[in-house]
Amino acid sequence: MLASVSLWCVAFLLTVAVLATAIARRPAATPIVYGASLAASLVALASALGGLLGDPASPATAILPLGLPWIGAHFRMDALAAFFLTVVNLGGAAASLYALGYGRHESAPSRVLPFFPAFLAGMNLVVLADDAFSFLFSWEFMSLTSWALVMAHHRVADNARAGYIYLVMASFGTFCLLLAFGLLAGVDGAYTFAAIRADRASPVLAILVLALALLGAGSKAGLVPLHVWLPLAHPAAPSHVSALMSGVMTKVAVYGFIRITLDLLGPPEWWWAMVVLALGGITAALGVLHALMEHDLKRLLAYHTVENIGIIYIGLGLALAFQANGVAWAAALALTAALFHVFNHSVFKSLLFFGSGAVLTATGERDMEHLGGLIHRMPLTTFMFLVGCVAISALPPLNGFVSEWLTFQAILQSPELPQWGLKVLVPAVGALLALSAALAATCFVKAFGITFLGRPRTPVAANAQEVDRFSIAAMSLFAALCLLAGILPGLVIDGLMPVIVSLVGERMPVQIAVPWLSIVPIAESRSSYNGLLVFVFIGASASLAIYAIHRVASHALRRGPAWDCGSPNRSPTTQYTSGSFAQPIRRVFGTVVFRAREHVEMPPPGDSHSARMHVDLRDLVWEILYAPVAGVVTFVADRINYLQFLTIRRYLRLVFLALIALLTVLGVWL
Amino acid sequence: MAVILDFAAQVAQMLVVLLLAPLLTGFVRKIKARLLRRQGPPLIQPYRDLIWLLHKEVVLAENASWLFRVAPYLIFATTWVAAALVPTFGTGLMFSWTADLIAITALLASARFFLALAGMDVGTSFGGIGSSREMMIASLAEPAMMMIVFTLALMAGSTQLSTISGVMLSPEIGLRISLGLALLALIIVAIAENARIPVDNPATHLELTMVHEAMVLEYSGRHLAVLELAASLKLLLYVSLIICIFVPWGLVPTGAGHAGYVIGAAAYAAKLAAGGLLLALFETAIAKMRVFRVPNFLGAALMLGLLGTLLRFISRSL
Repeated sequence: MLASVSLWCVAFLLTVAVLATAIARRPAATPIVYGASLAASLVALASALGGLLGDPASPATAILPLGLPWIGAHFRMDALAAFFLTVVNLGGAAASLYALGYGRHESAPSRVLPFFPAFLAGMNLVVLADDAFSFLFSWEFMSLTSWALVMAHHRVADNARAGYIYLVMASFGTFCLLLAFGLLAGVDGAYTFAAIRADRASPVLAILVLALALLGAGSKAGLVPLHVWLPLAHPAAPSHVSALMSGVMTKVAVYGFIRITLDLLGPPEWWWAMVVLALGGITAALGVLHALMEHDLKRLLAYHTVENIGIIYIGLGLALAFQANGVAWAAALALTAALFHVFNHSVFKSLLFFGSGAVLTATGERDMEHLGGLIHRMPLTTFMFLVGCVAISALPPLNGFVSEWLTFQAILQSPELPQWGLKVLVPAVGALLALSAALAATCFVKAFGITFLGRPRTPVAANAQEVDRFSIAAMSLFAALCLLAGILPGLVIDGLMPVIVSLVGERMPVQIAVPWLSIVPIAESRSSYNGLLVFVFIGASASLAIYAIHRVASHALRRGPAWDCGSPNRSPTTQYTSGSFAQPIRRVFGTVVFRAREHVEMPPPGDSHSARMHVDLRDLVWEILYAPVAGVVTFVADRINYLQFLTIRRYLRLVFLALIALLTVLGVWL
Repeated sequence: MAVILDFAAQVAQMLVVLLLAPLLTGFVRKIKARLLRRQGPPLIQPYRDLIWLLHKEVVLAENASWLFRVAPYLIFATTWVAAALVPTFGTGLMFSWTADLIAITALLASARFFLALAGMDVGTSFGGIGSSREMMIASLAEPAMMMIVFTLALMAGSTQLSTISGVMLSPEIGLRISLGLALLALIIVAIAENARIPVDNPATHLELTMVHEAMVLEYSGRHLAVLELAASLKLLLYVSLIICIFVPWGLVPTGAGHAGYVIGAAAYAAKLAAGGLLLALFETAIAKMRVFRVPNFLGAALMLGLLGTLLRFISRSL
């Protein structure tokens, strides 16, 4: 029943997409398309929530006579799918709401409107799919529609390159997943997930499938070193699509990984966890360091997606480690942490992309070095963006902290693990996680401080206007969710339990029964956290302080020029910039990670030109891994290019030789 | 009845930290002055400064936003809540389960987040330099702190501060290498977090070396008073934290009588004085570091913490 509701929503979205191609050039198309997407997402959200809270023993299924002959297309909404459908449709609904306002400023609506509902439909289908063919088809559909959205503004410099790299990486990812499902299905072609589950893969095959799943789903999620396309492609799309790609599509990739490793592949081996943990730790740290070096607001957010994917994979790695050793209660904790972070990241990353879109609408700028002082011009956007910054920096009492706290608690259970490799790796990954959390706070002080605080650095920033009420509504919705999930985390954890039970067979303690709505991962004597009380305490002490001080202290307040140690300079260029803010971090970490070099160009004596400082940053992943591959491909392509300009005689000769070669091969073979 | 007593203990704790914090700051200043053979300000000078600041008018920069005016209260409230959850004289805090040690660390990180933003709000170069350096220091001190938390939590099997100090009180814990490493690391983190020499100098103004003072440069009047109080609270918090983990003797357990509270309070006062004395001695004996030496200093803390954690993972007896 619920699965068919979701499928009807998908069909509706696809119809809207087709309709949108016809009407895209009319001004009324924007509200119609986004309004229809909003309605469909809300219905699908309700259906997904119903699936999550409903009876986990009997998941809703549907079989359509599409896809491969005699097999059909299978769809199923079990607890895991229901949770990810919730994330997808929540993000989709908010993005549609936001786009009702934001989309009006779109310069090329006909390049966005048809693909947006199709993209939403694709993501829904991936999560709903219950056989390999539907999964891969929907996966590729999702990739291609999002690629079309990335290319919406294809004449903007660098967007074409971003789209090209995205297309290559997405095809590579789908190819890996194709092979992975081929191995899972085996020679007799058991393509439905139920058949794959029943027929466990042999250990050697399992290794191959794991590697392919890491490559395929990891490249979509943005795991280092497969992340290179992400910071290029996500910012290139219109902001509501960036929010969907960063906040939601990466989660669909995480879903794919969980579905393969924890569901289809059978019992995990302990060293799988080593690989996943190491990749997660490196991804988290490298993502945030890259983000710190950025001064393009949207690209900074995209790099933070890489970081957060790393945090999610750390949780997944821990879950695999515990599961492999039969410590199911700890696996439940780690998996809860990972899925909670999936939800949290989809909320605050969408919120932050909405905020950056609002800044883009108001000023036309993405470069933080050209912004500043927006807190005076756009107070509501500023406030929502601040909430998102606090949430993503993992600060209490908002939601980002809760999932990181749970991850830390899961790490602290790891002395239960017998293997030495894990005993050494887990604390190291814990250190990387702590480091990336601290660096994320630094990065968002920078992002918020440079963009919204201080004095405006350009006239466009000085004359920015607050954005429309649809955008504000979408941002307020997610800001409220950040707070609610932060102060009532027990509800989210309890909501996740059907998923956890279905995957690891164990659950965390019932949180709603804990007094005062605390969350208790194992037992209260070991650890507990109460976001609600922390929030109330902070509010109460702040109010008390304000009240007491205004009773006893002087009320006088005078505005004057800034003090700045007695020598204020009115020029906004004397402020700290994004580059100068990150300079200490660049000196501490960048010299190793990015081979950062600073050199100063001094004008000769007597020359009145200003001195200039250049910073060289090198992306070692690109240089070591991608540049050689690209070089080889270009070299070979150049050589083969010769074949394009042959005469007809030579072509015929080629065909003849090819035929001879083929026949020879066949003759030898048989 | 027991609930009322517990509640009273919690309220008493909140008031004690609030009232004691300026005294500790004054005490450290006094000792430092005496070590330099100066007379030094009286012990109660920080209280006088606070009252004096409260009666001054606030001079606000023209382009200061609402965030600039709200931040001091938020910073104070977060620090106060964190300080109220660290056991001082007794372990039986009513709300100790609200936030464990990880959450207390994160609460302090929230306070710092808003302080750094406040430093950038007016858009002066000094504010920016302070915020940027503060976050650089924090980005190393926080993971180091987290590693210390790991070491302690693995030893005590809990991240709850009251449980940890209970375990530390028990006789079977004894001397351990990982504990020593954690203590060293915690002292380094505490020095960095409280902007003490050699990381930062709380006594200077108008110098390019300053970090904390640069961020609060634009503040005046009651806002500055609140920030100063929050800074004192943070110092008290860290000293109390070191005390309750590494020298927990005399801590009053839950449900002790009146005599227990008297002993607990006396022991706490004595330990606090000793902590202040050691801090003053250390600060007088050492010179301020260049800013880019600080990462090495904090990196040492991070490595010590990581080493302590690894030892705990490898052996239960180290």
